[in-house]
Amino acid sequence: MTEMLRVSDLHSFYGESHILHGVDFVVERGELVTLLGRNGAGRTTTLKSILGLVDRRSGSIVLNGREVIDLAPHRIARLGVGWCPEERGIFASLSAEENLLLLPEFSSEGMSVEEIYRMFPNLYERRKSPGMRLSGGEQQMLAMARILRTGARLLLLDEITEGLAPVIVQALGRVVRKLKELGYTIVMVEQNFRFAAPLADRHHVLENGRIVQTVGKDELQAKQGLLHQYLGV
Amino acid sequence: MKALFGQLLLGLINGSFYALLSLGLSIIFGLLNVINFAHGALYMLGAFAAYVGLVQLGIGYWPALVLSPLVVGVLGLLIEVLLLRRLYGLDPLYGLLLTFGLTLVLEGAFQQLFGVSGNPYPMPAQLSGGADVRFMFLPWYRGWAVVVSLLVCFASWWVIERTRLGSYLRAGTENPRLLQAFGVNVPLMFTLTYAYGVALAAFAGVMAAPIYQVSPSMGSNLIMVVFAVVVIGGMGSIAGSIITGVGLGLVEGMTKYFYPEFASTVVFIIMAIVLLVRPAGLFGRER
Repeated sequence: MTEMLRVSDLHSFYGESHILHGVDFVVERGELVTLLGRNGAGRTTTLKSILGLVDRRSGSIVLNGREVIDLAPHRIARLGVGWCPEERGIFASLSAEENLLLLPEFSSEGMSVEEIYRMFPNLYERRKSPGMRLSGGEQQMLAMARILRTGARLLLLDEITEGLAPVIVQALGRVVRKLKELGYTIVMVEQNFRFAAPLADRHHVLENGRIVQTVGKDELQAKQGLLHQYLGV
Repeated sequence: MKALFGQLLLGLINGSFYALLSLGLSIIFGLLNVINFAHGALYMLGAFAAYVGLVQLGIGYWPALVLSPLVVGVLGLLIEVLLLRRLYGLDPLYGLLLTFGLTLVLEGAFQQLFGVSGNPYPMPAQLSGGADVRFMFLPWYRGWAVVVSLLVCFASWWVIERTRLGSYLRAGTENPRLLQAFGVNVPLMFTLTYAYGVALAAFAGVMAAPIYQVSPSMGSNLIMVVFAVVVIGGMGSIAGSIITGVGLGLVEGMTKYFYPEFASTVVFIIMAIVLLVRPAGLFGRER
């Protein structure tokens, strides 16, 4: 296996607030790892820091062998990072299809629009609707679909199941499983542990801006009690 | 009757210039969050660039019409890259102050160079004269100014609302950070959008030059009304700023005919009423 992402001693700041205090983790190509933790532990900030969306960051982020800590967000994205933000980030004044086609293609490895509509048939029916008219589930599907078109191979998925009906969560589970089969590397922030557990190769638990525990999928049974303690569930 | 149509035509001309200027202000504010006070000075600069090209260098009307917006557009690139870029993330007031200062510098420099009185700008021979169309005399140049200005406005609207390039601008106006995280070179978009906005202002300046003469204060006379137009139309709607610009030009023209004393105030009265009834403007969205 080759390394897709190596985060070392990552510190991040919003204004004067020091949010991440030295985060370290590694993701191999084709792996799916989760970032778990309570609200405010620094999970979303970790994803945003990888893309350079915080005010200031230090440490090292190596993407596909390339140091990106000093690059601007658009240059990092163009190295093949797809981001699915927590608030979904659908542009309200653009139609569903404009949202889908908005993102530049970074490589020829991306899915074609036809493949995407096959994977998300609802989006095809709603393609002319303005972004603000889509339901939460449709917005989430669109937020996932549009990063698949770009050819990004590393997907950062932030709370994709949040606030969605169980049937949609199941559909998303099938999509994520499929993406993993297709060889995508995925870092997922997830509150819904039951959604994440069967999909992930490894779980990292964050607390106060640090990774305090790492649990592989084969240790899940043994360390369940510990995880519950950290997550307060 | 002829007098009324004459005033309406003048109103339509002014309205087209308002539309060109408020369109530029609106896209700049939408994406960059900068209240570009220098817009009037850059309009003036557009007229002077054409004046220097045509009268002093003798490059001819048509090349001047094209070159002047390009020259001012390049100046816009420099202003964005060297000055405005440092102020993003701060209160929009800083951008307003910077561009206000820029206006004072530009107007002062041009007064020094060209004096305060107007310099006549000849119109092209092909467009001099006019036609007597039953109810009024239509000078060709004025008709041309209206048609071309509105075409440029419409083309800008079409590109922004109907094309992929425009979808970047609309998305960036909503959330530039997010757009950048998706791999779009947003800093470059900022630069080009500012340049395009001020090139529109320069274009209005060249179109206006034969009608109003070219003088250092021509921008500051106009820009107050244009800001009122932007407030009335509301930020965030491209079509809205065009329609409001033309509409208010016509209202002004009509007022000049029916109650001339009122003509220079009517726009501001409308602005006050709109602010009371619809604070976000006629076409604006609440932010």
